[in-house]
Amino acid sequence: MDNALNLRFETMVVKEVKSLFYKELMLEWRQKYALNGILLYTFSTIFICYLSFNIKNTGISHLTWNALFWIIMLFSATSAIAKSFVQENQNRMLYYYTLASPQAIILSKIVYNMLLMWVLSLLAIVVFSVVLGYPIDDHGLFFINLILGSLGLSTTLTMISGIASKAGNNGILMAILSFPVIIPVILMVIKISKNAIDGIDRGESLDEIITLCAINLIVGTLAYLLFPYLWRS
Amino acid sequence: MSDIKKSWWKWLAIGLVAYTIVGGMLLEVPRLVILNESIRNLYFHVTMWFGMIVLLTASMVYSIRYLSKQDMSLDIKAVEFANAGVLFGLLGMTTGMLWATYTWGEPWSGDPKQNSSAIALLIYMAYLVLRNSLNDEQQRARISAVYNIFAFAAMIPLLFILPRLADSSLHPGNGGNPGFNYYDLDNKLRMVFYPAVIGWTLLGVWVASLRVRIKEVSLKLIDNR
Repeated sequence: MDNALNLRFETMVVKEVKSLFYKELMLEWRQKYALNGILLYTFSTIFICYLSFNIKNTGISHLTWNALFWIIMLFSATSAIAKSFVQENQNRMLYYYTLASPQAIILSKIVYNMLLMWVLSLLAIVVFSVVLGYPIDDHGLFFINLILGSLGLSTTLTMISGIASKAGNNGILMAILSFPVIIPVILMVIKISKNAIDGIDRGESLDEIITLCAINLIVGTLAYLLFPYLWRS
Repeated sequence: MSDIKKSWWKWLAIGLVAYTIVGGMLLEVPRLVILNESIRNLYFHVTMWFGMIVLLTASMVYSIRYLSKQDMSLDIKAVEFANAGVLFGLLGMTTGMLWATYTWGEPWSGDPKQNSSAIALLIYMAYLVLRNSLNDEQQRARISAVYNIFAFAAMIPLLFILPRLADSSLHPGNGGNPGFNYYDLDNKLRMVFYPAVIGWTLLGVWVASLRVRIKEVSLKLIDNR
């Protein structure tokens, strides 16, 4: 009996996640300014880096390339995901509250933000390589890393954005709450991507990949468990 | 008489810390190259980290209990244990930097453990800022409890996994270095080290419990007015 009930809850959550996810996509597509805004934000940051490093005359080392790319991704992600709970006004939040379980809401937002981050990072890497070069040796590992990195950024930042949105939601709070928490993810991602640039044997990156997956899993589970408490208020 | 029975652990804390200070300064320690007499800092630096972990874990446990019981006194305990943990973290960092100046040659050498602990402190300071930014009491308690649990989970890989994955570290037991046990935590050191860990941790709990009492009294005064 209990098992059947659990199963029903799970299928219900999956259904809700699906429809909420489509809702996010539709909403984003209809008000394209947010999407375009974040794209432009990323592109202009890349361009500023390109100009300020004076690449034409000096060039940058692979180490700098790598760190720069992920720092730009971190800042883009923070501002892209920070809005995931802001754009919902109070009344609509209340409406969701009556419709869907909190678990479905956080999961759909995480999945949606992951997709957003993944697309954003793909576009960013194209623009980035045009102006700053493309030193990557192991493409497969780099793109796996992009997916894992997007997942890590999206799980952590979505949860933090939920917390920050309850606390008046200023940009500073979002940054100070998320940056220290995101550091393990960023460190692992930077290390794996450095290995991809150098084309080191993939077995060497296994430790980092496993750690990154473990961090993602822990953070995801915690977001799933803790979000209902956040949502209640 | 009942007071003494109830506060036996406070007497124990005083005794152990006094023993740590006297014994730590006077008892014989093994002679090692570079470390020399500075090995005595083991009783003050490493113990701070043990104390910090215990206090922050206690804070997280109180946060979990707050979420399940919604009792305000649990929230006060969570924040005060976090405060005491941050204090211990700062002290651990200061003693570590002093020690590093004389053994590694500079106060901050980018050691993975140093970096991780700085980040851990950032996390808990963010927790305290988050609390200040919320006005409603219930909401502050609930949201900061959520962040506290979340931050603690993020801190675990930071303190225990990443330093071990790092290529090089100056701390013993990391990055291919042998652990303290391997070469120098001999019995002479242990005789002071273990009591010191217990003593400092108890002292931290005492500090936290005093602050909890102050807060509870001031809350009562506000209510009565």
